Amino acid sequence: MTTSVSVEMSRICKKFGKVMANDQVDFSANAGEIHALLGENGAGKSTMMCMLSGVYRPTSGDIRLFGKSVKIRSPKDAAQLGVGMVFQNFRLVQTLTAAENIVLGEKSSFWRGSKWMRDKQEEIRGISEKFGLPFPVDRPIWQLSVGEQQRIEIVKTLYRGVGLIILDEPTSVLTPGEASQLFDTLVQLKAEGKTIILTTHKLKEVMAVADRISVMRKGRMIHTVDKSATSERELAQIMVGKEMTPPREMAKRQKGKSLLSVQHLDVLAELGRKALDNLSLEVHEGEIVGVAGVAGNGQKELAEVLSGLLPWKRGKIVFNGQEMRTASVRNAIESGISHVPENRMKSGLAGSLGVVDNLLFKSYRTKERSLLGFLRIGSNRRWSQTLVEQFDVKTPDLDTPVQQLSGGNQQKLLFAREIHREPLLMIAVHPTQGLDIGATEGVHRLLTNLRNSGKSVLLISEDLDEVLQLSDRILVIYNGGIIGEMAREEADRERIGEYMAGLRDSGEEAV
Amino acid sequence: MDMLIQIIVAAVGSGTPLLFATLGGILIERSGIIQLGAEGLMLMGAVVACIAYIHTGSLAAALLAVFAVSALLGVIHGFLTVSLVSNQIVCGLAMTLFGAGLSAYLGKPYSGNPIPGSVPKWDMPGLESIPLIGDLFAHLDVLTWLSFLLVILMHLFIHRTSWGLHLRAIGDNPPTADVMGIRVQAFRYGYIVVGSMLIGLAGADMLLVYSPTWTEGMTAGRGWIAIALIIFARWNPVRALFCAYFFGALDTVGFRFQLLGSHIPSYFLKMIPYLVTILVLMYLGWRNRNKPSGSPEALGMPYIREQRF
Repeated sequence: MTTSVSVEMSRICKKFGKVMANDQVDFSANAGEIHALLGENGAGKSTMMCMLSGVYRPTSGDIRLFGKSVKIRSPKDAAQLGVGMVFQNFRLVQTLTAAENIVLGEKSSFWRGSKWMRDKQEEIRGISEKFGLPFPVDRPIWQLSVGEQQRIEIVKTLYRGVGLIILDEPTSVLTPGEASQLFDTLVQLKAEGKTIILTTHKLKEVMAVADRISVMRKGRMIHTVDKSATSERELAQIMVGKEMTPPREMAKRQKGKSLLSVQHLDVLAELGRKALDNLSLEVHEGEIVGVAGVAGNGQKELAEVLSGLLPWKRGKIVFNGQEMRTASVRNAIESGISHVPENRMKSGLAGSLGVVDNLLFKSYRTKERSLLGFLRIGSNRRWSQTLVEQFDVKTPDLDTPVQQLSGGNQQKLLFAREIHREPLLMIAVHPTQGLDIGATEGVHRLLTNLRNSGKSVLLISEDLDEVLQLSDRILVIYNGGIIGEMAREEADRERIGEYMAGLRDSGEEAV
Repeated sequence: MDMLIQIIVAAVGSGTPLLFATLGGILIERSGIIQLGAEGLMLMGAVVACIAYIHTGSLAAALLAVFAVSALLGVIHGFLTVSLVSNQIVCGLAMTLFGAGLSAYLGKPYSGNPIPGSVPKWDMPGLESIPLIGDLFAHLDVLTWLSFLLVILMHLFIHRTSWGLHLRAIGDNPPTADVMGIRVQAFRYGYIVVGSMLIGLAGADMLLVYSPTWTEGMTAGRGWIAIALIIFARWNPVRALFCAYFFGALDTVGFRFQLLGSHIPSYFLKMIPYLVTILVLMYLGWRNRNKPSGSPEALGMPYIREQRF
């Protein structure tokens, strides 16, 4: 097969303010290949691809598409030049139907009666059936599952007849089953002669589906190799730039007494939807309990109800021997529950406030921190300084707005606030999301230290590797209930995957 | 029966300015821009209509002047909210205060002067012979007919045209619309200008049809009611028609009570529409507490492309 280069990016630089997101990057991909762009979070993969799809413009450098030198000024330009991108957070208008989203931006035919729409729906259905990407064309997006939404995004690019499809972290929201379905489709698209670029940080996927692999680190292109000439281990080394840490060794511990017991919990989320449905779980002293599951199966609500943010409708929560009666954040804090929420800048920290204020949020009521309602400024600063040093938070000074800190330092700060109070139970939701490998390592160390000192951790994460690495016991949440439980020794990816997809029923297991 | 027909006719009369303003507001807000300047725009529309009509003696010229001035105000609003990305709520409030002040100043010499003519009526052929409907629709002025037409056109525009699809997309999810090749900023400008023209027309309609002399602050809060109506109508032009007439009816009911010799103080009766606004908002909030509000999701959020997301 003769290979033709469909995209060639040379000496690309991109600056955001003072930050160099891409530094002299060269990249090329061929027609009829699946090219994986591998790198950690923040390595600059997405930025590169956003320049190819016209969302950003390069600060300097050249782009050649299908043999011609081009300037991509806007996503519209990109589409006309034959580039389509499936973003990590989908670009779909929630209130419009699938078909409307796909024809969005099309200029032809000002008037669109019902016949026009029916014809389009037929055309779209044709594409979606041909490539095995099924979804209901006439339902609004907000009623569809994440997997269906991704298929819509892919069909959107195919509908526009593009030759180059970029998928940004496509599997981060999918169940293992959905992911392998997606890969089948990609192989089929490759056979049609399309170029497919896949950005990811998951090595397994890369080895499963890619033909060639380019690895980026810290804004630079490190290496491009054929899949046949490399291995998962080698890629991991190139990607992180150092030997990977093996699964964490942890001292065996005797099972402690029960700390948290949740029984038959029902929780209603917004719009009257049942977010938790008859959920029961148990956390003992001195263990890390991992909760795995695909996003949106009740993880957020579980964390919120335990930290006192959300009332429950039915069921019983017993913490440290005492039954919790009503949802009260203050009560949860005072009884020793810490919460590292899912989105640190949304509900964890106040971005425009300084380090000291953010550290004070949960302890300003104590005698050491305030007197008769007035904060003890001097002693609070000294206290903050010791915490910043102890948790190794890198900040210019104590008054810097925390939104200016890097993600890793924000998370360290959050952990400093939550851990110094010596909680009995730490609820950590996606604690390493968006962190680089060094910061991730730091967070993992904090969590294991907590466990080793006899405290408990409820680790809610979508990152299966993280759950497998840290947990003493693994629970799988699906549709608002715990449907699978296994000890660390008996955990295996495939079984967890089946639980996550709802393919296995906990009832069967029990019989 | 007569009484009912009278009320409906009066409701349409006082509801039409509200309808124009609501339709204009729907157009602007559907594109994702909060529109709180309606009161000021209506006042400017009214005063410009008055001045232009008195000076030129031509209704067409008066309406053209209204369109020109409100389009200009729309461009200013667009420049502030779209190009300069300033706070949309503050911009809207500034627009209201500015419009109120300037219209009072410009209108001072014309206060109390009657306008030199009235808006022609148009009788749809054959309509008068139909009972009831004939009574309701027989003698409507052209602006009222225009408002009916506008409701239908806007409904079809939003749901049956490519531009309508773009409008819904930029109001709900501007980054997506941008990626799909829709020029978000340009469209937003356009809708702010056209919507402002409709709101200006609402003021002109008030002056030309409803109370044909200029008095300072003559809209008496109708711009604000129109903003509430946008929410009651859940950004839908057809529902806006019914909401506007409902409030138009409330407006006239107080008046009727007085004619009947009621002993309720007139201040209380004039309060009715505003009181009902509060009550209806409370009721809707309660009834729809478990539903999405139907408001454009990106309402009030400026959009700039090269932002890191």
